[in-house]
Amino acid sequence: MDWLLFFIQTLNGIQYGLLLFLIASGLSIVFGVMGVINLAHGSFYMIGAYLAFTLSELTGSLFYAILLGIPITMLLGFFVERFFIVHLYHRDHLQQVLLTFGLILIFNELQQILWGGDPHAVPMPAVLTGSFPLSDTLSYPVYRFFLSAVCLGMSIVMYLVLKHTRFGMRIRAGASNRTMIEALGINIRFLYSLVFAIGVALAGVAGMLAAPVETVYPGMGEQILIVSFVVVVIGGIGSIRGAFIGALAIGLADVYGQVFLPDLASVAVYGVMAGVLLLRPSGLFGRGT
Amino acid sequence: MSNPDIITLKDVHTYYGASHVLRGMNLRLAPRSCLSLMGRNGMGKSTTIKTIMGIAKPRHGTVTIKGYNSNRWEPYVVAKAGIAYVPEEREIFPNLTVRENLLVAARLSVEGQDNWCLERILDLFPRLSERLNQWGNNLSGGEQQMLTIGRALMTNPDVLLLDEVTEGLAPIVREEIWSVIEAVKREGIATVIVDKNIGKLMMIADHHLVIVRGEVVFSGDSIELSAQTELLHQHLGV
Repeated sequence: MDWLLFFIQTLNGIQYGLLLFLIASGLSIVFGVMGVINLAHGSFYMIGAYLAFTLSELTGSLFYAILLGIPITMLLGFFVERFFIVHLYHRDHLQQVLLTFGLILIFNELQQILWGGDPHAVPMPAVLTGSFPLSDTLSYPVYRFFLSAVCLGMSIVMYLVLKHTRFGMRIRAGASNRTMIEALGINIRFLYSLVFAIGVALAGVAGMLAAPVETVYPGMGEQILIVSFVVVVIGGIGSIRGAFIGALAIGLADVYGQVFLPDLASVAVYGVMAGVLLLRPSGLFGRGT
Repeated sequence: MSNPDIITLKDVHTYYGASHVLRGMNLRLAPRSCLSLMGRNGMGKSTTIKTIMGIAKPRHGTVTIKGYNSNRWEPYVVAKAGIAYVPEEREIFPNLTVRENLLVAARLSVEGQDNWCLERILDLFPRLSERLNQWGNNLSGGEQQMLTIGRALMTNPDVLLLDEVTEGLAPIVREEIWSVIEAVKREGIATVIVDKNIGKLMMIADHHLVIVRGEVVFSGDSIELSAQTELLHQHLGV
């Protein structure tokens, strides 16, 4: 194995991990703050990717598509929370799983009606189509650097908001004691709606960013959902820091698995999860550890 | 507005499931006054406070806050109307630092004033200023209680509801808490206090209610209460 090739695979793993983090962080916040297991989270990733396809065709630019896609996915998140998720707060996890699984079926059917069953390609913005040469024969696509940089930037913003703003404090306080934060004058219902909408928008943005490097296809949400749950479990449910480390670990495990252990690639991420859970049953930063 | 009282409860009945806790509760809290709720454990004192806060919803009767029927108000609406709650269980946010616990719900008063800023709270409780960057759950019981009172004052309330705030604290810390309550009262914040220290309540509160099985069996000032020797003995164990 050439060190340069290893370096490229590491970059790919980090890029995939950062993308996973955007999706898994929303999943983790929604569970940590609202106590809701949202199986439909992967569908929002798929919807983001399809929005990128349609909006970039309409506007002629992926950048404009993302700018328009963010408020659309946030509004979708508000709608889903207000009409569906709101009924789940005082119900057990089985009912949450049933309703959000039903949402997956609805979103998949809507996707078939609106976009059909064919896969679609989303063109990269012209300015990001080149590659950085790493050697005489190897190079790395500019778009993947862009994707990693945007994901990293959004992760930093998310950290700063959660850690250093009043809004972030309230989200963290709401995660530990809903009744008390409400008794202090915070409208927890609105806070929940906002948190859910942000989680949906994060998954949607991940789908929009991934669209040019992956084909946009039916069922792409379910595939990413399973890996995202692995990330959340590894990091510790509700922990954003854990989701970040878990996402990078899974991103690298997946890429290294495909390159170094192709026969075992499909189970590499689950091997990492099993290893972490053996050592820390509540995940890396779970509350039980 | 015809009703000068900040809070009134008229014939309020509150249940926890099938358990009938408040059975026709009546209460009036005038502005800048201090009201104590006395009674043995399980008589409905904390439920009265939770009913005012909107945490427990009354099935019958009327709760009025500043002239408005608040029976269906959510707790955050009650809090925004200027009512601050210091719960018996303290309910510190363990995943927030002391500073964050104080700032998380800080806001101006209903009239737009900022009488209780962070600096003033830290002057009131100097021990908290030494612990500002510690997690809420790393504090002693007394420090946690100071934090809950400070957190409530940071909302610049018109009314402070204090539920067993000196329970389980060392005598020296209790004295500190009582002196803060007196300072709050001098500031003109109306208070409702639930506590087992009858002597302190008689000194501080302007009016007392003795509650037995969810009903008021005595309503009066300290002089009237001290004359009720049989009631003090039977219902308060004095």
